Amino acid sequence: MARPVRTATAALAILWIAALHAGSGICAPARLSETGLYAEGRPGAIDPRNRLFSPQYPLWSDGAKKTRWVSLPAGSAIDTQSRGEWQMPVGTKFWKEFQFNGRKVETRFLWRATADRWIFATYVWNEEGTDAVLAPDAGVRGVVELAPGRSHDIPGVADCLACHGDRRPGPLGFNALQLSTDRDPNAIHGEPLAAGMTTVATLDRERLLSPAQPELVANPPRIKTADPQTRAVLGYFAGNCGYCHNRGGDIAYDGPSLKHSDLGDGDAVAAALLAKATAWQVPGQADGASYMLKGGRPEASAMLARMKSRRPSSQMPPLGTALRDEEAIAAIEAFIRSRR
Amino acid sequence: MTRTHKTTTVMVLAMAAFSGVLLRAMPPAGQDGAATPEKQKARVARGAHLVKSMGCNDCHTPWTMGPNGPHPDMTRALTGHPADLVMPPAPAPHGLWMGHVAATNTAWAGPWGVSFTANLTPDKETGLGNWTEEMFIATMRTGRHQGKGRPVLPPMPVQMLNALDDEALKSVFAYLQSLAPVKNRVPAPIEPADASANKEKN
Repeated sequence: MARPVRTATAALAILWIAALHAGSGICAPARLSETGLYAEGRPGAIDPRNRLFSPQYPLWSDGAKKTRWVSLPAGSAIDTQSRGEWQMPVGTKFWKEFQFNGRKVETRFLWRATADRWIFATYVWNEEGTDAVLAPDAGVRGVVELAPGRSHDIPGVADCLACHGDRRPGPLGFNALQLSTDRDPNAIHGEPLAAGMTTVATLDRERLLSPAQPELVANPPRIKTADPQTRAVLGYFAGNCGYCHNRGGDIAYDGPSLKHSDLGDGDAVAAALLAKATAWQVPGQADGASYMLKGGRPEASAMLARMKSRRPSSQMPPLGTALRDEEAIAAIEAFIRSRR
Repeated sequence: MTRTHKTTTVMVLAMAAFSGVLLRAMPPAGQDGAATPEKQKARVARGAHLVKSMGCNDCHTPWTMGPNGPHPDMTRALTGHPADLVMPPAPAPHGLWMGHVAATNTAWAGPWGVSFTANLTPDKETGLGNWTEEMFIATMRTGRHQGKGRPVLPPMPVQMLNALDDEALKSVFAYLQSLAPVKNRVPAPIEPADASANKEKN
């Protein structure tokens, strides 16, 4: 074989192999301090380029105090062509820090490393709280005792994928409703906006939405209901149930969509929930007598029954918690009792 | 640069560009779009073989007693635990006898509680009729119901089925979806704490 041909063949082979493996060799850094969360040379100090945000309807995680940041690559913008499915630019990173009893326990990391690949990782904090190391793929069981016989687990990669890794991988609590400036004062476990937190208004002002979404500033997203109780209940469902219970086809589900972008007419969604019989039979109820929510009858309301359960075969959400969310249970039960 | 080198460079760039186009055209793993009728037919045939040879009928088809001993009742193939067969409370596991199984082979009791084998026929209300291929594969990959829900319980060998590649799982799913739908609402699993009270139904 002539030398130029050999050279060409070798170069092609290298290019071919490189192309095949593009992105596949990227993995999560070994330590949280290597992910870009902290400022260079200032251990423990958040890099000011990382944006603090707080979804108005947070996912409840056994009462953990959670702090969240997002990093958008310089010069990039979020693709907002699909209102319900913001597409984050390549290079976007999310962090969520979990504290129990005032101690940092884990920080979860989502990174859109390439156009086709999100990386999901969890970092486990050391006792001193100085750094966190990458958790094993299987996760870590029993890192914090929450109650006798109940403990918090670090999720494994399969757990990450169960919620974040479907056909539309990415963050769950970073969308127009969650970042609305029209925050629900009655949101269950809601937190007030802190100074400097990212909202749809800041994203719009800094031209980080493409195409621009001025209506999100003029008319901030809101679950429209006749009463504040329904708004708060549906907001809780959006933050804790809607990522699976929607019409996106990720699971077989024929109830009303609880997705954040499908709750504009909240009263219609609430009415549909109250009218929807469910195949999942509440223990003790006759065949056909269980509903997603049954006005005036908490005992026939499957959603409430499954929120109350922390048994793996029936609890909802199915993963991520070991304890019942008593505040939410009380709020949803009060809502059910208020409906006839 | 000599003419030969220029030609080589152009060749390499052209081939690399072609490679890129080719790679872009390749679907991501697990996503090959709609299968052609021929491919789907082949999948159904392969799935039938896999289901038969991997022992799916061992648990998902109720067993009955015949002149030669117990055997799967193929008139109820892959319909799961019969809805009308209400099991008495399961004996508690003890010592080396950690599990118990119903005479039908469709209800299993052990430290995990009681599990009932699923209706794998494509009935929309009680079987896999509303499942997608993605949900089925996700279940086998994650060990969770539809890839997102409750854990799949023993004795279902999801950890072994996870060794199958996507094409094999697609074949199994294609075969199951080709069956006649049978309405049979299988009870929900019973946790250890309530294993003595068989009252929760799915």
